Amino acid sequence: MNGTIQAPTIEYALLSPMLLVFGAAIVGVLVEAFAPRYLRKSIHVPLTLLALFGAFVTTVLAARGGLPDAPAAMGAVAVDGPSLFIWGVILILALVSTLLINEEDQFVAQAAAVPGSPDEEEAILGGYAQTEVYPLLLFSVGGMLLFAAANDLLVMFVGLEVLSLPLYLLCGLARRRRLLSQEASVKYFLLGAFSSAFFLYGTALIYGYAGSVDLAAVNTALGRVSGQETLLLIGTAMLGIGLFFKIGAAPFQAWKPDVYQGAPTAVTALMASTVLVAAFGALLRVFWVALGGLEWNWQPVMWGVAILTMIVGAILAITQTEIKRMLAYSSIAHAGFLLTGVVAISDTAKENSTTLSAILFYLAAYGFTTVGAFAVVTMVRDAGGEAGHLSRWAGLGKRSPILAGIFAFFLLAFAGIPLTSGFFGKYAVFSAAVAGGALPLVVVGVVTSAVAAFFYVRVIVLMFFNEPSADGPSIAAPTVGTSAVVALAAAATVVLGVFPQPVLDLADQAASALFIR
Amino acid sequence: MPWLSTLMAVPVLGAVGVSLVKSDKLAKQLAMVVSLVVLALTVAVAVQFNPTSQTRFQFAEVYDWIPRFGVHYGVGVDGIALVLIALSAVLVPIVILASWHDADGTVVTVPGEEPRTVTPKRSVKTYFALLLVLEAMMIGVFAATDVFLFYVFFEAMLIPMYFMIGSYGGAQRSYAAVKFLLYSLFGGLLMLVAVIALYVVAAKGTFMFPELIGAVQDPTTQKWLFAGFFIAFAVKAPLWPFHTWLPDAAAQAPAGAAVLLVGVLDKVGTYGMLRFCLELFPGASKFFTPLVIVLSVVGIVYGAIVAIGQTDMKRLIAYTSISHFGFIALGVFAMTRDGGTGATLYMVNHGFSTGALFLIAGFLIYRRGSSRIADYGGVQKVAPVLAGTFLIAGLSGLSLPGLSTFVSEFMVLLGTYERYAIPAIIGTTGVILAAVYILWMYQRTMNGPMAESVATLPDLDRREKWVMAPLIAVILVLGFFPKPMLDVINPAVDKTLSSVGVEPFTPAVAEKGAGQ
Repeated sequence: MNGTIQAPTIEYALLSPMLLVFGAAIVGVLVEAFAPRYLRKSIHVPLTLLALFGAFVTTVLAARGGLPDAPAAMGAVAVDGPSLFIWGVILILALVSTLLINEEDQFVAQAAAVPGSPDEEEAILGGYAQTEVYPLLLFSVGGMLLFAAANDLLVMFVGLEVLSLPLYLLCGLARRRRLLSQEASVKYFLLGAFSSAFFLYGTALIYGYAGSVDLAAVNTALGRVSGQETLLLIGTAMLGIGLFFKIGAAPFQAWKPDVYQGAPTAVTALMASTVLVAAFGALLRVFWVALGGLEWNWQPVMWGVAILTMIVGAILAITQTEIKRMLAYSSIAHAGFLLTGVVAISDTAKENSTTLSAILFYLAAYGFTTVGAFAVVTMVRDAGGEAGHLSRWAGLGKRSPILAGIFAFFLLAFAGIPLTSGFFGKYAVFSAAVAGGALPLVVVGVVTSAVAAFFYVRVIVLMFFNEPSADGPSIAAPTVGTSAVVALAAAATVVLGVFPQPVLDLADQAASALFIR
Repeated sequence: MPWLSTLMAVPVLGAVGVSLVKSDKLAKQLAMVVSLVVLALTVAVAVQFNPTSQTRFQFAEVYDWIPRFGVHYGVGVDGIALVLIALSAVLVPIVILASWHDADGTVVTVPGEEPRTVTPKRSVKTYFALLLVLEAMMIGVFAATDVFLFYVFFEAMLIPMYFMIGSYGGAQRSYAAVKFLLYSLFGGLLMLVAVIALYVVAAKGTFMFPELIGAVQDPTTQKWLFAGFFIAFAVKAPLWPFHTWLPDAAAQAPAGAAVLLVGVLDKVGTYGMLRFCLELFPGASKFFTPLVIVLSVVGIVYGAIVAIGQTDMKRLIAYTSISHFGFIALGVFAMTRDGGTGATLYMVNHGFSTGALFLIAGFLIYRRGSSRIADYGGVQKVAPVLAGTFLIAGLSGLSLPGLSTFVSEFMVLLGTYERYAIPAIIGTTGVILAAVYILWMYQRTMNGPMAESVATLPDLDRREKWVMAPLIAVILVLGFFPKPMLDVINPAVDKTLSSVGVEPFTPAVAEKGAGQ
């Protein structure tokens, strides 16, 4: 064995955002192991915020340094325009969600203690706290960064797992309604594990077909390898199932309402905003880069999934009586709207970059509004914790006009009323889809938007046009962190709704060169 | 000076001011002052407006808003837009004065009955702030010369109206508000698809209206796009059979909001037909004309007949409006100069006359706490001034010669007759039916034996007289002296018709003669 092993080249500067987040996560684990309990939170909070902020700064620096034209880390990670945009969005949203996660009294004192047992009481009296949420959050965010930028299917799978496993845990850590939270966690874990398995099996089949897991290599194999179409098609379907599960597209959406409802709301805010962004990054990469030449085969299925997702999301949301479940179905409907953009892949690079930029803009707009909406949900409380049932929100506009007004504004943004960010997001994606020849999809999208408007408006009716009940929920005195989150989200929703041009330019630049291969 | 932008900025800033001041009284006064400033500015614009100018849109301002989508902040007015902006600017101060106590909460005491709360106390400041925001959007929607900007105002103006109905309306307010919003939103979303498709098909990279004229040539595409725009406008106007939201919304809205809803917001629908449907899709407009004419005529007769059967005053007035919107659409699609000018004038006159009816009915309802016709009778004996104003407002609703509505209704029927004789003749029955529903309502409420419950009804107070006086003055002046208005509107209608590609006037007889 005389051969010399070539040391792999790693572009540290390009990968620094990811490395920073993962590094901070590992330091966080060490803090858990060695720091005394009373110090942990005060170390974690600045560490997490600094890591996320630092990662954001390095992302911006990397973007300013010009877009690279080849994948980094020996072809494993593609740090291209879309990746950097998505990283920036994920990092800001995670930073904002961290401010929500900081709030006291949301996480269980000791996750291992059986609900209602003496152990639990002891843990509460002893002032225990699951400060592991911070490293878990960082690992998850790091996984998202990797997932969205992965340039081969195996790295993508690693990213998928690194982002998912911490989330499964985080979901089960709610301080109140613990059984619901644990149930959500188990459901999410089981279904997530299934979908990961699908993804992995799909990867194996694609490897069997193309002889490589590299996205670009798979793409070139499409024109070269013949006689193995069965492997390819089954593999494509399985990859699709894994990815559709993550974005909550129908018929793989069943986990979303349960998980959103059961998880601590701050964690829901993180999941609802960032995971969707990361998953769409990965979905686009798989279907546009690796399977870009195969669109005649996957487009019809994707049409069906998009239509079904929009319809299921909009119609089932009407029947919901729990605010977080309603927002979960709303998120499903939005995933459907975004899919109309994914479907609209065309042959010209210019049209594709327009579509890609529209999707990126939509993701940014939706992410901010979502974080804001869930932040408001954390503030409306009654004796048993957050007042989740919609009937408890009646008359909120009279008790707390500003908060209710902001929430109504977020709902109007979800509904896509002009002069909110949601409108331009929808407009951008729909117009890209029309240009891409998916007019029927857009018509379905518009009709389901009208249906969706109904349940958003219903909440506004409840808040403003109904009289408050005598024992209605109280509004938690807003802390600096939560107010900052709500204010930032509201500001983003307004600014993107009135002057979207700068962010559109940014998305255009990010999408101009499409994905690097 | 950017006149039109100032016209929009003043009410928006006023709304911010109104919501910031401490006392409710100050808020009302500030709102009043702001609306009067807007009125003064509008007058200044109208005075400088040159009807004979060759420029299509005067006071034009165009800035890039979202270059990525080809969207501009483009505003400008021609004669049609100007008179509609003037309508809004005149109505808003009147509505503010009329709504002075609407948000204060009303407790009605009728002899022989328990006192009851008709509307609870609401936030006064919010009401007037919403009113001013709405005013800015009404001006914006008529001034927009960019199709996208028009769409943005078209949708965004639903929100303040939604809150005004939902928060300040009658017992069924939340149902009515949601129905109003969902109907309009649904129409608006269809229009959104058409707007997107227009941009893609025209491939001009801009949404500026003047550049889009004639951009869509393919007949089939035109028809689809026309349908998208037209349905949105037909819901907004509303034309039969898209009208069912209007009676609910108008009956549940507070009187002031109902005036703006029916008087101005709904005009956006007929204005949109005249401005966008006709000019952007001339071929499709001609293709669909028979259908639209039939819908309009059905609406005229249907609205009038259903109005006769109403037992609720506000619903009755709402149905009369459906009949009137049939006339307006008829005039628009007659595609003659008389028809187009008549329809535009009709939009303005209808705003004033229905506004007067809603307000006076609102004053009556405010006193008695009921909008049921059967609860009244012989009001004339205790409140002669109220009854007199009610009669004048009603007569303008049935287009009595000498009142403004007569001029426009006559022009619409004349303009339609020039091209489509039979629809015009059927439409004329609407005029007769109007006499029935108005006079019969008057008779049941004002004449006859005095109902016990109205025995102590006070007459109009000074504020209410000040509300009604300008409206009646406008109705009379425009009735006798419509020429200045016609001079402003006519050139704009001619330009519209010339880009549609029809001769302003083609009598049916002449066509026949040419054929022989």
